[in-house]
Amino acid sequence: MELFTPDFGLIFWMFVSFAILFVILWRWGWPAIMKGVSDRADLIDKGVEYAQSAKEQLDHAREEADKYIAEARRQQADMLREADKMKTQIIEEARTAAQTEAKKVMDNAKQSIEQERKAAQEQFRNEVSTFALDIAQKVVRNQMKEEKAQEKLVNSLLDEIEKQN
Amino acid sequence: MKQIFSTIALALIALLLPVATLASAAEEGNGEHKEGIDAQGIIFEHLGDGYGWEVPFNHHKRIPLPVIVWGSDGLHVFSSSRITGHANGGVWRDGNAEFKIAGKDSPYKGKVVEIIDGKEVKPVIDISITKNVCGVFIAVLLCVWCILSVARWHKTQGMKGPRKMVGAIEFVILFIYDGVIKPTLKNKAQKFAPYLLTVFFFILIMNLLGLIVIFPGGANLTGNIAVTLVLAVLTFVITNLFATKHYWKEIFNPDVPWWLKYPLPIMPIIEIFGVFTKPAALTVRLFANMMGGHMIVIVLTLLIFIFAAMGPVVTGATAVVSVIFSVFMLLIDVLVSFIQAYVFTMLSTLFIALGQEEGHHESHEEKAVVPQNP
Repeated sequence: MELFTPDFGLIFWMFVSFAILFVILWRWGWPAIMKGVSDRADLIDKGVEYAQSAKEQLDHAREEADKYIAEARRQQADMLREADKMKTQIIEEARTAAQTEAKKVMDNAKQSIEQERKAAQEQFRNEVSTFALDIAQKVVRNQMKEEKAQEKLVNSLLDEIEKQN
Repeated sequence: MKQIFSTIALALIALLLPVATLASAAEEGNGEHKEGIDAQGIIFEHLGDGYGWEVPFNHHKRIPLPVIVWGSDGLHVFSSSRITGHANGGVWRDGNAEFKIAGKDSPYKGKVVEIIDGKEVKPVIDISITKNVCGVFIAVLLCVWCILSVARWHKTQGMKGPRKMVGAIEFVILFIYDGVIKPTLKNKAQKFAPYLLTVFFFILIMNLLGLIVIFPGGANLTGNIAVTLVLAVLTFVITNLFATKHYWKEIFNPDVPWWLKYPLPIMPIIEIFGVFTKPAALTVRLFANMMGGHMIVIVLTLLIFIFAAMGPVVTGATAVVSVIFSVFMLLIDVLVSFIQAYVFTMLSTLFIALGQEEGHHESHEEKAVVPQNP
């Protein structure tokens, strides 16, 4: 019964073969496989982690974008309000400036009118006084035709001078 | 549909091959006695080892393999075809020595013997490359090819996921490593994994090769006690060589009531006995399972020829039933091949793990010192 009595030759070759097989696989087989498998597991873990963080970042980015949009809207509103205010102000300022200018023009006009008026008054007065002197001359000439009246006048004038002194 | 037919046809051809081989064997057996066949002889011839490797459909031709023997006057190396043939009465004269294969009545039946003064003498050393040795070599080559192809994939393809064959092998590697070795050996897993994985794949490939009927397979490797013995002894050596103090303390001074140790050391004797029964159990389990599977298939096939004496109708019916049962058994053997390789690896892992146990008070220190493996 050869099956139950181990044969030396087979034991010898089996041992040699197994030793060679073990050395080959131990040296070039298993470490490479184990390292490869664990590296790949690490890579997969990292990939999953990366994907999760990317998703998180994406969600975050959306939030961020929303925030920026809201901010922009607010700024836009602010700017519009500012512009409106500025417009009112400018109009106001323009109006004030126009009023001032108008006032100045009016004043100038008034002044020149006043001057004109005064000049006219002066002229008028001068003319009136000339007329009056002429009339007075004529009247006096009429009255001073007689000697008596002349004397009377001289006398009265002299009296006046005396009184003054 | 076409594929299914071709698969069935191939399966039938593969199954009928042993029938053909056995048929020729039966014919030869019939040469001596017209009635009945030598069933036991055929079974053990097919389960056993041999010089040269049978080829299908021809019982006389064999693939020659080198015979290496250390005879009375030194080393002799010659082809097995010199002695397996019938030329010169199966006797080969190599130098000054004469060799032949011992006959059925000899105590060295089936082995190469040297003829000295007409007596058959067993050579001092016989390390011939027999059918089984050649089968072991083929298994080694296949194993190296399988595993290195996965290793090469990891080196060249980097982080890509393996497909097809490489993926399948890698799946089995991880199945054993993550399912058996790691949970049992914990942080020592990486230290013993190369041995255990090598054992698993070697046994698996030898088992599966044994199921293939023709040349690269057909050698009953794991069904031979020498093969399983070597593997079990290696596990035994590794278990005890790397064993901790705690393991030896548990053997010689186990934690049991004192009267079990003094004056009669009952427990130590049982424990020491246990150290040796473990590899013995490993040897016999694998050997018996695989040999049993092969034997059943051969017996089922032989039934056809045993019933051949009872007429064509009985023979035909037996043939159909036998072939169906053979297919069934071979399919189960495929399963058994994997299971037995798995069981051998699992038990080896368990035995090694038992040798790695630390005492309860020591375990805390150990945990602090040994870095956790990923």
